[in-house]
Amino acid sequence: MNFYALFAQLLELVIALLLAPLLTGWVNQCRAWFQNRSAPPLLQTYFTLHKLFHKDALLAHNASSLFRAAPYIIFSCMALASAIVPTLSTDLIFSPAADAIALVGLFALARIFIALAGMDVGTAFGSLGARREMLIGFLAEPALLMVIFTTSLISQSTSLSTIVETLAHREFVIYPSLAFAGVAFTMVSLAENARVPVDNPTTHLELTMLHEAMILEYSSRHLALIEWAACLKLFAYSCLGIALFFPFGIPEAADPASLAVAGAILVFKLLIGGFLLALIETINAKMRIFRAPEFLGTAFLLAVLAMLVHLLLEVGP
Amino acid sequence: MSPTLNLAVPFSSQLINLFAAIMLLLGFAMLAQRRIITLINLFTLQGAVLSLSTLVVALTTHQTHLLWSAGLTFTLKVALLPWILHRLIRKLSVKWDVETLINIPTTMLVGIGLVVIAFNVAQPISQLSGTITRATLGIALACVLLAFLMMITRSKAVPQVIGFLAMENGLFFAATSATYGMPMVVELGIALDVLVGMVILGVFFFQIREQFDSLDIRQMERIKEE
Amino acid sequence: MLDMLPLDQIIIAILGWLAIGGIGIIVPRNFTLISRVLFPLGALCSLAVALFALTAIVATPQVAILPFGLPDLPFHLRLDALSGFFLFLLGAASAGISIYAAGYLRPGEGTAPGLQCLLYHFFLASMAGVLLADDAYAFMVAWETMALTSFFLVTSDHRSAEIRRAGYLYLLIAHVGAVGILLSFGVMAGSSGDYTFDAMRTFSTEGIWPTVAFLLALFGFGAKAGLLPLHVWLPEAHPAAPSPVSAMMSGVMLKTAIYGLLRVCFDLLQVQHWWWGVLLLVLGLASAIFGVVFSAVQSDMKRLLAYSSIENIGLIFVGFGLTLVFKSFDMPLLAALALTATLYHCLNHAFFKSLLFLATGSVLHATRERNLGKLGGLIHRMPWVTWLALIGVIASAGLPPLNGFVSEWLLLQSFLFTSGLPQGYLNMLLPVAAAAVALIAALAGFAMIKFFGVVFLGQPREAKLAQAHDAGRLERLGLLWLAAGCILLGLLPNVVIALLDPVTNLLVGSGLRGAASSQGWWLLAPISEARASYSPAIFLGGILLFTLFVFVAVRRCYHGRLQRGPAWDCGFPQQTGRMQDTAEGFGQPIRQVFSPFFRLTREHPSPFDAQPRYRVVVEDPFWSWIYLPVARLVERGTRLVAFLQQGRIAIYLLYSFITLLTLLVLTRG
Repeated sequence: MNFYALFAQLLELVIALLLAPLLTGWVNQCRAWFQNRSAPPLLQTYFTLHKLFHKDALLAHNASSLFRAAPYIIFSCMALASAIVPTLSTDLIFSPAADAIALVGLFALARIFIALAGMDVGTAFGSLGARREMLIGFLAEPALLMVIFTTSLISQSTSLSTIVETLAHREFVIYPSLAFAGVAFTMVSLAENARVPVDNPTTHLELTMLHEAMILEYSSRHLALIEWAACLKLFAYSCLGIALFFPFGIPEAADPASLAVAGAILVFKLLIGGFLLALIETINAKMRIFRAPEFLGTAFLLAVLAMLVHLLLEVGP
Repeated sequence: MSPTLNLAVPFSSQLINLFAAIMLLLGFAMLAQRRIITLINLFTLQGAVLSLSTLVVALTTHQTHLLWSAGLTFTLKVALLPWILHRLIRKLSVKWDVETLINIPTTMLVGIGLVVIAFNVAQPISQLSGTITRATLGIALACVLLAFLMMITRSKAVPQVIGFLAMENGLFFAATSATYGMPMVVELGIALDVLVGMVILGVFFFQIREQFDSLDIRQMERIKEE
Repeated sequence: MLDMLPLDQIIIAILGWLAIGGIGIIVPRNFTLISRVLFPLGALCSLAVALFALTAIVATPQVAILPFGLPDLPFHLRLDALSGFFLFLLGAASAGISIYAAGYLRPGEGTAPGLQCLLYHFFLASMAGVLLADDAYAFMVAWETMALTSFFLVTSDHRSAEIRRAGYLYLLIAHVGAVGILLSFGVMAGSSGDYTFDAMRTFSTEGIWPTVAFLLALFGFGAKAGLLPLHVWLPEAHPAAPSPVSAMMSGVMLKTAIYGLLRVCFDLLQVQHWWWGVLLLVLGLASAIFGVVFSAVQSDMKRLLAYSSIENIGLIFVGFGLTLVFKSFDMPLLAALALTATLYHCLNHAFFKSLLFLATGSVLHATRERNLGKLGGLIHRMPWVTWLALIGVIASAGLPPLNGFVSEWLLLQSFLFTSGLPQGYLNMLLPVAAAAVALIAALAGFAMIKFFGVVFLGQPREAKLAQAHDAGRLERLGLLWLAAGCILLGLLPNVVIALLDPVTNLLVGSGLRGAASSQGWWLLAPISEARASYSPAIFLGGILLFTLFVFVAVRRCYHGRLQRGPAWDCGFPQQTGRMQDTAEGFGQPIRQVFSPFFRLTREHPSPFDAQPRYRVVVEDPFWSWIYLPVARLVERGTRLVAFLQQGRIAIYLLYSFITLLTLLVLTRG
């Protein structure tokens, strides 16, 4: 067991846990700039989490043990997901344990648990949220899988480390299929992370909620874990996008110097990514719920098209 | 077992491949689009990508007549035709959403099927071509078929016209990438045809509107024999 | 006994089943004996079959010739790796189901328990007979016995007209399929007329006859497996049967059809064409999409699971088709990968679908309700069933770290290799097929969430649900056995692949074992580690460890105080159980997105109704496209023939006279 690999893995996990709320804060900051209003402090998410952890948990009378266990499971899934995505190095301990398909499965597992938790208390809003989340999920998951397939076809592997190494360390080639896959990935991550144009993360009207409706019953530490898991999900998706489409700067070896450089490059890329996300959110309006399957269907078909374009243009006869 | 990837392809070919992919992306985007103004803007963008691609081919193969082609395409497709279309829209005070005869996800699925067919039809043909970018013939054929699909599945007249123009885009792309352009005479002829066609169609729109009070082509079924 | 050949051991176990059934019919009303002694004994026999079959998979094939049968064709039996694997599936799954059935039987309900014991164990024995048969006659005898016993089991509650109708439809399609299988055997026996499988293996590979045999076998076995468009009996028969029988049919009987087709395609027919594989792929995808979309809109929990079975059979056929494609293009390693995925999915489905059906059996017993609109909130009253059903749901949705994910992972991996195929269209169509498989997996998750959430979570939708009782001890044991199977199959994929290695070697000439197990038991890397790898043990361990760590950390750094209060009601004070989503409501997005698939009849309330009513009925479009027209055609044909039946003796004598005259004239020359 390579000591540096273990160190890189743990460092990635810790950075993910610590930086994810900061990324959310940065996105809120950029959005406020675009909307010409003053933003909450950058560390606001940390303060919110701290406040929530302090509170007493208030559960409905008929909330079951599944309801109480779900936030922990969801949080663990998201933490494991951020540990799998290679951000600082491709030489990670966990990388043989889960490939890209398993990563998509991990996201699906978290989504199932949060949907079940939404249905648990038995109010109208919870099941509304669960139903809508599954509607988004059933198209977003295959679209994500097809995006990953495109990159797998290019790098002849589904292991994320191998994909990143292939795309980062080969000579610079423009892959048009990656252009399609990139557009599809952006659409999918907007849907999965509950961002405009699919869902408004700051809404307080229950009928317009997708994601928020499922967690309406949660409070204190459970809510804190779920919020943190949502931040981790955004972080994981951003890192996945960076790893698949802009992997330059992720080193192969895991010695401390290259890790530090990789960390700085990662922060820089995340800053730009957050900025662009805020830009997309500001330009677009939230769409009607039944336009969402069309939106995601387009993403799905674009991802399939990416595979076909790869087979035509990038594989020699 | 695993196919080899073309890593030794020169940079200009990669650029052409990228433009081809963007053209296909725009073709799909137009198919999935619901609003007229965005449709015209996408068409303009497709024209711009087309002229850029012609420019790149012209520079790498040092054929000056392609430079003229690129310029002509730019003036026509990016400047003149969109201007005519915007004016037409304003005059007809048309701002509706595009109505489709079959819903958008099904249209996209049929589009994917057409892309597969186009790719497979074009493969043996592109083996014969001697240019560096022969793989893009499949994409050009796919663009043509997608534009045709757009013409079939739209129920209002203006998107159908845009479909017709997009078909011409696809044909032009096929010509430049596979055979390094058509003879200048042919090109000028086609360009003139398209321009004249636009003007005549514009006139027709007004006539249709006067006759049926609407530009919905389904109204035209009223004139069939009963 | 332990030093006998595995084949003999298995035959003894089968005789054990027959004996148990016989004892059952002798004392048909002795409830205690049957449920406390006979069924557990049957489960022991199943366990024995499973163990002996395991040893048989790695051993050399054995043949036996039994002393009964036709005069010139006694029963031939053969136990090779393929039979061994499916016998293992039969034994392992039926052990759990039998234990559950021991606890499920209640005195004083419907058919006499002794009769059910007889039918159940004969059903098991006939399925084992199908898997062991080495000549067409033995096969057909076992096949028909299987169909008959399962028909009687399905119509256990024969007082209900609906159940009788479902049984009749099932029997009809089973027999239509059996005709197809018989014809296929006939074609393969050829002009020699020798109906043993050994003779069929020497069947000529030229010309159109292999294709004819394949298509007939596909028709016959597809009818039994529930492949589109011959699937209509499945959603009727599975809900009508008692739950252990549904589990047995869905988990094991459908796999015997897969076994039959595998035997015909790879063992009896010596040539495979690539377009057979494409046909199977297309039919499989169509079945899978159809099944999953329909399961997402059902209101009856057993129908939902039945349609989900159609979906899984579709996925199995997709893997089967891929195997055929790879085999016909001479790519044995890839064919082995696809076949491993297919067989693994067969095993997985047997376990998780049986688990789910048995869970519905417990729910049915506790609440007497099958309708999802009358259930809800059962997690509080039935915790054992809920948590074990959750394992089944997660496995069925194909999520890591359980077993459903492993077979889906293997299937998707085999799709990624298809860009090396020489055929152009195939090259491009297969990635689209992979996209469809991903979509199907996601929709399966939707249907399973609906099932679990509506039945077990939320608030009870009826007042009587407060008296629901949890499953009994034997029922729990059966459920635990199957759930443990799901978990173990998910955590130890390399063991299963090592088990499947002789089977794939037999069928396609190559195996995965060399590459797969070189990393140890905990890492699955079927081709190479750089290519793709997955470790379910680390997955599960990671999630559990992290959950524990976070739980302890939060308790230590903050606190774990808890209060209970009413749920958020948005200012509306009278929240009742009927305000949560109904099953129809949960399925409504799918109904809207996939509306061309259904035939919907809807009844809307109007503002002027004294008692407003909303009704939506979702029907299978295949009834009106295929079955009703065929039925009408048959009816018209029979009416024409009935014209011959005039009822007067003079006319009948006239028929005989005309026939006599015709024969005399014809034989004159």
